[in-house]
Amino acid sequence: MFGPDGAVRAPYRRLSGWLQTLDPDLLEARRRQAELFFRRIGITFAVYGDEESTERLIPFDLLPRILDRREWSLIERGLVQRVSVLNTFLSDVYGPQECLKAGVVPSDLVLRNPQYRLERIGRRPPHGVHVHVAGIDLVRVDGDDVYVLEDNVRTPSGVSYMLQNREVMMRLFPDLFMEHRVAPVETYTDALLSTLKSVAPERARGDPRVVVLTPGPYNSAYYEHSFLADRIGVELVEGADLFVRDAVVYMRTTEGPQRVDVIYRRIDDDFLDPLAFRPDSAVGVPGLMGAYEAGHVTLANGVGTGVADDKALYSYMPDLIRFYTGEAPILRNVPTWRCREPEGLAHVLDRLPELVVKAVDGSGGYGMLIGPAASRAELEAFRARLQAEPEGYIAQPTLALSTSPTLTAAGLAPRHVDLRPFVLTGANGITVTPGGLTRVALAEGSLVVNSSQGGGTKDTWVLDD
Amino acid sequence: MLSRTADSLYWTGRYVERADYLARVLDAAMRLSTLPSGDGAGNPWESALQSSGVAAAFAARHGAPTEAAVRRFLAFDPDNPSSIVGCLQAARTNARSVRTALTVELWEAINDAWNQLERMPRPKTRESFGQFLDWVKGVSLAFDGAAHRTMLRGDSYWFLRLGGEIERADNTARLLDVKYHLLLPVGEPVGGGLDYFQWTTLLREVSALTAYRWVYRESVKPWLVADLLILNRQMPRSLASCQTAIVHLLDSMADAYGRRGECQRIAAATLALLAESNINGIFQAGLHEFILDFIARNNRLGQAVSEQYLV
Repeated sequence: MFGPDGAVRAPYRRLSGWLQTLDPDLLEARRRQAELFFRRIGITFAVYGDEESTERLIPFDLLPRILDRREWSLIERGLVQRVSVLNTFLSDVYGPQECLKAGVVPSDLVLRNPQYRLERIGRRPPHGVHVHVAGIDLVRVDGDDVYVLEDNVRTPSGVSYMLQNREVMMRLFPDLFMEHRVAPVETYTDALLSTLKSVAPERARGDPRVVVLTPGPYNSAYYEHSFLADRIGVELVEGADLFVRDAVVYMRTTEGPQRVDVIYRRIDDDFLDPLAFRPDSAVGVPGLMGAYEAGHVTLANGVGTGVADDKALYSYMPDLIRFYTGEAPILRNVPTWRCREPEGLAHVLDRLPELVVKAVDGSGGYGMLIGPAASRAELEAFRARLQAEPEGYIAQPTLALSTSPTLTAAGLAPRHVDLRPFVLTGANGITVTPGGLTRVALAEGSLVVNSSQGGGTKDTWVLDD
Repeated sequence: MLSRTADSLYWTGRYVERADYLARVLDAAMRLSTLPSGDGAGNPWESALQSSGVAAAFAARHGAPTEAAVRRFLAFDPDNPSSIVGCLQAARTNARSVRTALTVELWEAINDAWNQLERMPRPKTRESFGQFLDWVKGVSLAFDGAAHRTMLRGDSYWFLRLGGEIERADNTARLLDVKYHLLLPVGEPVGGGLDYFQWTTLLREVSALTAYRWVYRESVKPWLVADLLILNRQMPRSLASCQTAIVHLLDSMADAYGRRGECQRIAAATLALLAESNINGIFQAGLHEFILDFIARNNRLGQAVSEQYLV
């Protein structure tokens, strides 16, 4: 909210004025209302027992995170650049492998990566799109520098919070929306549906039939799956609702079998098809990979995208952007030491208490070390792990993440935030919804925003002036 | 619509209807048990087990049907899938898996009921047990009301109601199967205390005592009770009324999907049979045989619905 000089940053000026005139009781009343509303949504969407669904409510902070159009335009251009390179990279590593031949990325990092799917070598997904839905985690550090923290190109989640947060805010603070021109996020669901339809197999006839494939009610993101299926108006299917005959996918309906053209799958590669991957998968569809390889069905995201969002590969993204586009990267990468390289490992072991260390295949804030916050014993334990398996880790400096005003027990206080915008790629190009999911580390001084680690969310406003 | 969705909706409808029926059967048993014993009324709790179709399952585990044991078995036993608690749980589980096919109001009707049930202390007295049964009837009223008031008249609604109507027809037929001997005209009906009480209890089990008086405007006669429960289309729990609703629902599906199948044929044939029948003819040909035939037809219909739409 405040710039390095301590003055209120331009996009927050109106909000700051509003906060100064505000009755503090009103904010507390609105907070309770918001919680009630989310609980109701929880009841509406949660599928676990009620005690669990109460726990599952992710804390919501009332104060929006605000970006002006200038900041956003930069982010948007950077996202388009980055996501198109991620797609190009995937086409390359499953095709001519030019980036490996040119030595931009070490071959073993790709070819021996467990997420690299040998089945996909030499194959092209419909319309050449691998990553239809991407969630790119960004942070702002000091002034205006925007860094990419992480690319998520498997089955990124959280977009339902982006949509629900906006819905709640518009209910609670209609006046604020009158005073600000906030770019809408509600267009996301329409954009998602047209993106999915645009990548239907070339041979699909008529209006392509799209479904959302979920592992089922016991998956922690199930409410998001049902929410999205509901909002885009397609069936939410489980593995058992689909079957494959002659390499064509059908769903079982009251009107008999119906052909399926596009599957927005929220199941990991490993569980998609028990015949191709894990034979013990009870949530997959036997024969699905056969239909995919025959080009009779589109999977979104494509199979084998995980090789592109590996944390070790992350450090090569700036090089890959230059290699494929000849342009300079618009979004910055956090400086990253690769522990797989001897000099990287030496540096990391040397400065462990200052660094953040991440497992290359970790997610959700698990398996990471935050040096400045770690105890001596934790540091020593991580040191041993790094020495035993250096290729499994990368390290980054702790960043001075930007903060955003947040309602805490002790009143308004700054808390660290990140931002996950959602980027859609279809046959006709890339769509970026203005805003995204802002995650906030609710504990004072904490840098970890993951919901599994006590993070909350905020509405994110992109102002049109 | 996905077959899995249709299946869950159908069973949600069936289980809510069955919970309601069990509450009525238990209510009637409480009433009968207030009769002085030793006058040949039989054990009303045993009769409640038979009306619910679980007499064998009960006997296998509990032996003699005492009031306390039957009340617990039919209302609360988690090991009896056909207990009230078992039915409400199954209804909620099915509803939850198709949450987005339901309206908010309908989901809340069933989910709130389940939450209340989980917190509710088990009734210890007859009075509190009676209040519990009233609560169960209230749940099915709220559920049916929410469906009627808020659901689109499309296939979600049709499958939900189809489950309810098929279950209801089965319940009424099973009740008649257990009690048909009470309705047989053995010479001149005595019309006195016990028989009269049994007939009115039978009417109460299907909430039809007031309806009877409105329809026939005379004292309770066994053949008129049979007429009301089998053939009278104004009476919402009669076989004819359920069958009319079933045919209507299946026709709606056939029109929407552009295809008729085995279940439409079975339902139409059963309705035609009911339309051609009168109560004298049924008594002459054999009331019990008629009811057994209806139960078999209803079971065949359930299977045909399943094969045609639900798998």
